[in-house]
Amino acid sequence: MIPAPFDYYAPTSLAEALTLLQRHGDDAKILAGGHSLLPAMKLRLASPSVLIDINKVAELRGIKVNGTVEIGAMTTWSAIEHHADLAKACPAMADAVALIGDIQVRNRGTIGGSLAHADPAADMPAVILAVDAQIHVEGPNGPRAIAAADFFTDMLSTALEPGEIITSITFDSHGAGEGSAYAKFPHPASRYAIVGAAAYVKMENGQVTACRVAITGAGPKAERQSAVEQALIGTDGSADAVAAAAAHAGEGMDMLGDIHASDEYRRAMCKVYTKRALLKAIERAR
Amino acid sequence: MTTITVTVNGIRYTSEVEPRLLLVHYLREHLNLTGTHIGCDTSQCGACVVHINGVSVKSCTTLAVQCDGAEITTIEGLSSDGQLHPLQEGFWEKHGLQCGFCTPGMIMAAADLLKRNPNPTEEEIRHGLEGNLCRCTGYENIVRAVRYAAEKMAAAQAAD
Repeated sequence: MIPAPFDYYAPTSLAEALTLLQRHGDDAKILAGGHSLLPAMKLRLASPSVLIDINKVAELRGIKVNGTVEIGAMTTWSAIEHHADLAKACPAMADAVALIGDIQVRNRGTIGGSLAHADPAADMPAVILAVDAQIHVEGPNGPRAIAAADFFTDMLSTALEPGEIITSITFDSHGAGEGSAYAKFPHPASRYAIVGAAAYVKMENGQVTACRVAITGAGPKAERQSAVEQALIGTDGSADAVAAAAAHAGEGMDMLGDIHASDEYRRAMCKVYTKRALLKAIERAR
Repeated sequence: MTTITVTVNGIRYTSEVEPRLLLVHYLREHLNLTGTHIGCDTSQCGACVVHINGVSVKSCTTLAVQCDGAEITTIEGLSSDGQLHPLQEGFWEKHGLQCGFCTPGMIMAAADLLKRNPNPTEEEIRHGLEGNLCRCTGYENIVRAVRYAAEKMAAAQAAD
């Protein structure tokens, strides 16, 4: 399978990439890791006439971990997977990244590319929501930050404006009493999430004082689970409390259904995987 | 057309390519290196795995133009001085193939795995080769072949 013809640019700075994007507008697509875009182009589901490859923009790569985690948009899954400090700062991200695709996909795929693509079955959107990340972008009107909760607007749709490029993702490192986890039911062939649940909890004096849960794969976009969160906050985080809270998973969500998993089955799995993620997150927080 | 210069298995090539040319087509059709196979063509089966700057990638999901300046290793470049790579020997000794179609990608992926984890458990090998599909063997002998290579490479290193 061969993509339709396109003009290719490989800028070496963000400024140059933004200028090219501005010049070519809707005809152009940004090429990050290429593991969603190139397959779509080969299937002719996408036929941009201009590709702006930002793999040579070094300023968009790298991971910084202190009190805050900062991940450059062009950082590969592989770099995230093998970053020991990041795994401590956010175990949910470490859980999720090890389950993305396979080694070769993780060697090329990038966090920024994945978030911009907003595949409904991608893993990282759930984690990004659960850690309440900020997505930093730059465009013709300068830089701005978008809260994860506002970023995913619909299937394959985000709050990114035309002409904007994601530059980095930031969130707070976990401190004492905080834990997170990601649990996933993968599609057996593609490894995409049929249902994936990310959970973050904060425990103080044996009580859950903060909780964020998000589900991906089940619906058209990754979504926070506020009913689960509200049900768990104030409890002791026991197995019974988690089971009761997780029973609210998927409430109010539109469920996808296909030959691999019906909407009803996905709804049931939302509860199961939310429970698993929460139990693990609480164990890590204690 | 765009001009690229790449080093493939130690040989430098300068080529005129269309931007849409996939790396796998460049290797097979421009350089006649047909050891790299096209299986699913959808980034799932791993028959097309090669190394770019030492890292395993699926060459059906990479553009040749993206490899300008890169060092590429294909299955043809894995043996040295007429000596099979321990992985190639392992697949031979442990009968890690039947039809052989997946083998080049399987070996290139396993080579990357052993570089990061020289002594993988069976479980780690299976997880590490998740991106490579084999429709003949049931994977048992492939796992044994990778273990064989790991042990052989460890023994060779200990002897040094």
